[in-house]
Amino acid sequence: MKVSYYPGCALHGTALEYDESTRAVSQMLEVELCELPDWNCCGASSAHATDESLAEKLVSRNLKIAQEQGMDVVIPCAACYSRFKAAGKEDRLSHQPPAEKQDIHILSLLEFMSSAALMDKIKALKRRPLSGLKVVCYYGCLLVRPPKVTGAKNYENPEEMDRLMTLLGAESIPWSYKTDCCGGSLVLTRTDIVRHLTQKLFDQALQAGAEAIVVACPLCQSNLDTRQEEISRASGKKYDLPVLYFTELVGWAIGHRDAGKWFKKHFVNPMKLFTSHGLT
Amino acid sequence: MTGDKKKEFSGASPDLAFWGSSLNIQDCYQCQKCSAGCPVAFAMDYKPNQIMQMVSLGMKERILSCKTIWVCASCYTCSTRCPNDIDIAGVMDWLRQSALQEGVTPAEKEVPIFHAAFLDSIRTYGRVHELSMMARYKIKSGKLWDDFKLGWKMFTKGKLKLLPSGVKRKKEVRELFASSSDFVHRKRNPS
Repeated sequence: MKVSYYPGCALHGTALEYDESTRAVSQMLEVELCELPDWNCCGASSAHATDESLAEKLVSRNLKIAQEQGMDVVIPCAACYSRFKAAGKEDRLSHQPPAEKQDIHILSLLEFMSSAALMDKIKALKRRPLSGLKVVCYYGCLLVRPPKVTGAKNYENPEEMDRLMTLLGAESIPWSYKTDCCGGSLVLTRTDIVRHLTQKLFDQALQAGAEAIVVACPLCQSNLDTRQEEISRASGKKYDLPVLYFTELVGWAIGHRDAGKWFKKHFVNPMKLFTSHGLT
Repeated sequence: MTGDKKKEFSGASPDLAFWGSSLNIQDCYQCQKCSAGCPVAFAMDYKPNQIMQMVSLGMKERILSCKTIWVCASCYTCSTRCPNDIDIAGVMDWLRQSALQEGVTPAEKEVPIFHAAFLDSIRTYGRVHELSMMARYKIKSGKLWDDFKLGWKMFTKGKLKLLPSGVKRKKEVRELFASSSDFVHRKRNPS
C-alpha cells in the first residue's frame, strides 16, 4: 500500500520520535509513505488567527502537490490535519473542486492506522503485548473538532486510539477528558493557562487510574510531557506520567528494535513503568 | 478578507461588517453553552457568549481591545456545541484579524508577537524552524529567560534542530505571502 505523507514541521523537530516511529511502523506494516515533495508549513493557528487568505494559500500549495502525487494524504499532526481538512472542504481560492472530491482523501495517521486492514496486520505482527499497562487515550481538539471539518462521528467520545490500545493488550481506561484542550496554541505565550489545563488532564488521568497518557498529536505530546516538572514544583504534587505517541506503542508491541530509542527522547521515559509490568 | 464576502448585519455598527455568510452571529440566543464549555473562559475578560452579544450591539472598540480574542485557544469546542451552528471560533479569528487590520493595541501583546515570529519562519524557510522561531519570539517579546531550562533540555534531547529543513522552492512560498494581506506583519514592516 502506498500513500502520500505530510509530516509537518514539528515532526522534523520537537516530535522527531513521532516521525521515526510512524515510518518504522509503516514499514513493518508494508505501507510505503511517500513524503510530499517540497511541502511547506500548513500555517497552523498563527496563519488562520491572523490572515485567513494566507492560511488557505499555504495549504493549497500542499494540496496541489498532493494532487500531482494522486494518492491519499496521511497526516500525523492533528493541527496540520485540521488545516488540510478545512481547506480540502472549501477550496475557495482556486475555485477548484475541493481536493477530497478529486478522489484524494485526507486522513489523520490515527484514522489510517486504526483502519480494519492495518489493525489486522498489527494483530498478526504483535509480539510484545502491553499486558497490564493502564492507559488513557487523549485525542485533544483538532483530530475531532469541528466535526463539520473533520467528519468525526464520535467527536465527544472518539474511540479509535482506545481500540488500538486494546488490540495491543493494554487496558484503555474510559475517561471524560479525551478531547479537552491542552492549550497547545498558547504554549509560549500564556504558559500559566497551559499549566492549568495540563494539570487538570494529569489529575483526571491519575484519578481514572492511568499510568500513561497516549496521544496522536505532537503539540499535545510536548505540552503534556515537558511541563510536568514545573507543575510538580508549583503544586507540590508529584507528576510523572509518560506521554506516549500511539505509534511508539504500536512499534513496541510489534517488536521494532528502535522503540527504546524513541522513548529516550521523552522527558518522562516510560521504561521504568514497562519494567514494573515485566514488559521489558 | 474579500469585499464580496462581507455581509453587513443590521443592528451592528456599520464598521463591523460580518465576514462571510457563515458567521451567522445574529442566530445567537444567549444559551451560554459556548462559555460553559470553553476551557480558557477563566482567563478571559469577556466570555464567548458576551462577545457574541457585544458584536450584535456593535461594541467594536471594546471587543477589538479585549483579552478574550487573544486568549481563545482555537479548540473549537464552542463551534462544535453551538445549538445554532455559529462558528464561534471562526468569529474569534475574524475579530483577531479585524484588530490587526485596524492597528488596535492587543490586550495580550505576546500572542500576536508569537504569530508574527511563527509566520516569519514560514516566510524565510517555507517551514517553521522551531529554534530560531522561539529565539525571535523571545527577543521581540522580551521574555528572554522564560522556559530557558525547558528549552535547553529539549535541545539536549535532540528535539530542537540547529539547522532548518526548508522548502527548496522558497520563492513559491514567498509569493503566497506577497499576495496576502498579512496584517500581523504589515503593522511592523509598513511596505
